[in-house]
Amino acid sequence: MEFLLVQALSGLASAASLFLVASGLSIIFGVTRIVNFAHGAFYMLGAYVAYMLTTRLAGPIGFWGAILAASVIVAAMGALMEMVLLRRIYHAPELFQLLATFGVTLMVQDLVVVIWGPEDLLGPRAPGLAGAVSLFGRMVPTYDLFLMVLGPVVLGALWLLFHQTRWGVLVRAATQDREMVAALGVNQKWLFTGVFALGVFLAALGGALQIPRTTVTHTMDLSVIVEVFVVVVIGGLGSVLGAFVAAIIVAELNAFGILILPQISLIMVFLVMAVVLVVRPWGLFGKAESAPRPAAGLTIRPWRPFSTAERVAVAVAVAAVATLPFFLGNYALTVGAEILIFVLFAASLHFIMTVGGLASFGHAAYFGLGAYGAAFMVKFLGAPMEAALLVGPVLGLVGAVLFGWFCVRLSGVYFAMLTLAFAQIAWSIAFQWVDVTGGDNGLLGIWPSTWAARPQGFFWLALAVAVIGVGLLRMLVFSPFGYGLRAVRDSTLRAEAIGLDRARLQWAAFVVAGTFAGIAGALYAFLKGSVFPDFMGIPTSVDGLVMVLLGGIETVSGAVVGAVLYKALAIWLMSQTDLSKLVLGAVIVVVVLAFPKGVVGFIEDMRHRWFAPKKAAAEAATLAKVEAAR
Amino acid sequence: MKLQVSNLNSHYGPAHILYDVGLEVGAGEVVALLGRNGAGKSTTFRSIVGLVPQRAGTVVFDGEDVSALPTYEIVRRGLGYVPEDRRIFNQLTVEENFMVGRQAPRPGVATWSPEQLYVLFPNLGEMRKRPGGQMSGGEQQMLTIGRTLMGNPSLVLLDEPSEGLAPKIVEQMADAILTMKKQGLSIVISEQNLHFAKLISDRAYIIEKGRIRFSGTMADLEANPEIRDAYLAV
Repeated sequence: MEFLLVQALSGLASAASLFLVASGLSIIFGVTRIVNFAHGAFYMLGAYVAYMLTTRLAGPIGFWGAILAASVIVAAMGALMEMVLLRRIYHAPELFQLLATFGVTLMVQDLVVVIWGPEDLLGPRAPGLAGAVSLFGRMVPTYDLFLMVLGPVVLGALWLLFHQTRWGVLVRAATQDREMVAALGVNQKWLFTGVFALGVFLAALGGALQIPRTTVTHTMDLSVIVEVFVVVVIGGLGSVLGAFVAAIIVAELNAFGILILPQISLIMVFLVMAVVLVVRPWGLFGKAESAPRPAAGLTIRPWRPFSTAERVAVAVAVAAVATLPFFLGNYALTVGAEILIFVLFAASLHFIMTVGGLASFGHAAYFGLGAYGAAFMVKFLGAPMEAALLVGPVLGLVGAVLFGWFCVRLSGVYFAMLTLAFAQIAWSIAFQWVDVTGGDNGLLGIWPSTWAARPQGFFWLALAVAVIGVGLLRMLVFSPFGYGLRAVRDSTLRAEAIGLDRARLQWAAFVVAGTFAGIAGALYAFLKGSVFPDFMGIPTSVDGLVMVLLGGIETVSGAVVGAVLYKALAIWLMSQTDLSKLVLGAVIVVVVLAFPKGVVGFIEDMRHRWFAPKKAAAEAATLAKVEAAR
Repeated sequence: MKLQVSNLNSHYGPAHILYDVGLEVGAGEVVALLGRNGAGKSTTFRSIVGLVPQRAGTVVFDGEDVSALPTYEIVRRGLGYVPEDRRIFNQLTVEENFMVGRQAPRPGVATWSPEQLYVLFPNLGEMRKRPGGQMSGGEQQMLTIGRTLMGNPSLVLLDEPSEGLAPKIVEQMADAILTMKKQGLSIVISEQNLHFAKLISDRAYIIEKGRIRFSGTMADLEANPEIRDAYLAV
């Protein structure tokens, strides 16, 4: 009994930092509508800067001063990012802002290693709080008790700030209607920057306060961002109180999950999140979004199938790619096959995002399930590659049927978060169910049949699958099913009024996307000869998102181009420099600033401006009328 | 001249909405901008305060060209704007809504405090702590006007203040607007309701398909029923 109490106290101490970081994310989202992926990076920077300062400054004033100074310094960095980067893209589709902050995250990951080295760092204990107190016959660190008190204190301070100061009232007003706040004479630029600085300050403080408890590592950003997403979603985006309650729930689940069900401890949190989202789609304390913006914006030029000339061009391009095995070496062909596999993966995500209007943050789940499906066929049934490739993706399909049923009840950011949760559940199962999946060691020896064992053969196989897959997806876009999906995306109410079943259409789209991702995953298993849980990790999902956004979210098949560019660049950078993440992050940021419509969207704009200026103007006029009527 | 708008052209994308709109408002004057649904009344107001990104033309307020300024700068010079759809902050209480609109006192202009607004709109005084989302349409209309008055404007653009309100509330609204006028406030009011406009306005403009079609006193408009029939009658 005493042991459980102490465990609960330890959970409360962990909740404090989680709450700080999550409330910062929540506040930023509330006002700016930006899901700040870089929030974890700022948390990590807070810890590193605090480490640097605390090891140089002595005494209690030095320590606590260093913690505060570190948070202020990092908050200034956050404000700088807002002013230099985000101010330029507030009007871009909201996922683009996520992409930009993701680019910053990548850069920070490398910079941190450059500045502080790859080793884990151990900072000083907090002066005066280094000891432990005997509680119920067990020792509880004094610092934990301090954190337990700090959480509610910060909650109270934030409440006062938002309810008792004019600045706070302005922030709450801007959370609801930014334009109206401006129309009442408030310079919202600085309001946004202030909010961003406050949110980043809280993240950095959360990181800095971790120093006496744990080591500072260069991977702490990703691990915290996932937990924080979960906290914010359970609590309700934009709600500080919600973040507080959810931080406690999550931290306690972690603390007790380890004790009670160590096998599925990782899953517990995500399971709770999934249940909360299904029962209360806007989180425990969140409020329904008035009108969730669809992932894809208004398309200026209506989509159309390829013309005959374009079909010929595509056929020529495919034929040209098919001749590559006669010129390229084995390494290049293996890379090529990998790119082709990701083309299909990105195209499947693109389908659900642009045609379905639903941005999935956990698309890697179905990619991974397909890979495991194929591996199971080989390992447990001794099936040949051909059979495994056919049956394996079914696991992706089944996963999409199951998860999709829950996910399509939500939309917008909440949909994205739930898909992320399910992907993490799938990842946790693969990671922890060692008997079946091999856990972290993965499943090895998934080799292709003889005819595809050589890089040439496998390249052709991947090309055939990718071309057929992307072609089928394109056909779906221009089928009645595709039209129905787009109707539901563009105007849900009107679509339902003419008899379209929104949930079923989107569920079907989810399953289609999941199945094609599964096919890509199954191929990937044979390319690598093995399957690991990381196939369905967050980085894989984010890679997919970057490919789609890079290609252009308002295009029919931009993801194909985005996947080729991104994957090729990533692989090439990895071979050229140790700082590939830094360069890749910078490239992403530049692309977001220079091509807010993605590369393909940009090319299409140019093409229309040069070749059909009159038609382009007429199309834009139509769009303007639509917008004016909104 | 308090406000001088000339050659205002506004676009949503390349769709042309306003064509060379011009209007003038003298100090202490109440001017009505009349027109049917979709004639361009709201776009005119939104263009004046800089809420329409693509607009050309000049807006001279108190002798200063404000057409290139961002919205908050225009508003801070004392040009208040009350939107048609009210846009109350639902989660904020009456008092907090007022707090958002608050600006420093302006020399030579009536200064408003929440207490004075509770005199002008007694209903609001009884619900100071109530969230804006839990108020009736009429109360919200009062709140949105009061919120703009908290900025101590010298001129107010009132976008269809009588829309969707019960006749009794419309009367209250007319009284409040006349009180504001007595305080020396210049007011531009957009209306479809000619009867309501007649109660309070000195002059009127009629806008139709983005163009000003008529300008004159209320008496002129009274004397030309054919104009009313052409541009206002349903």
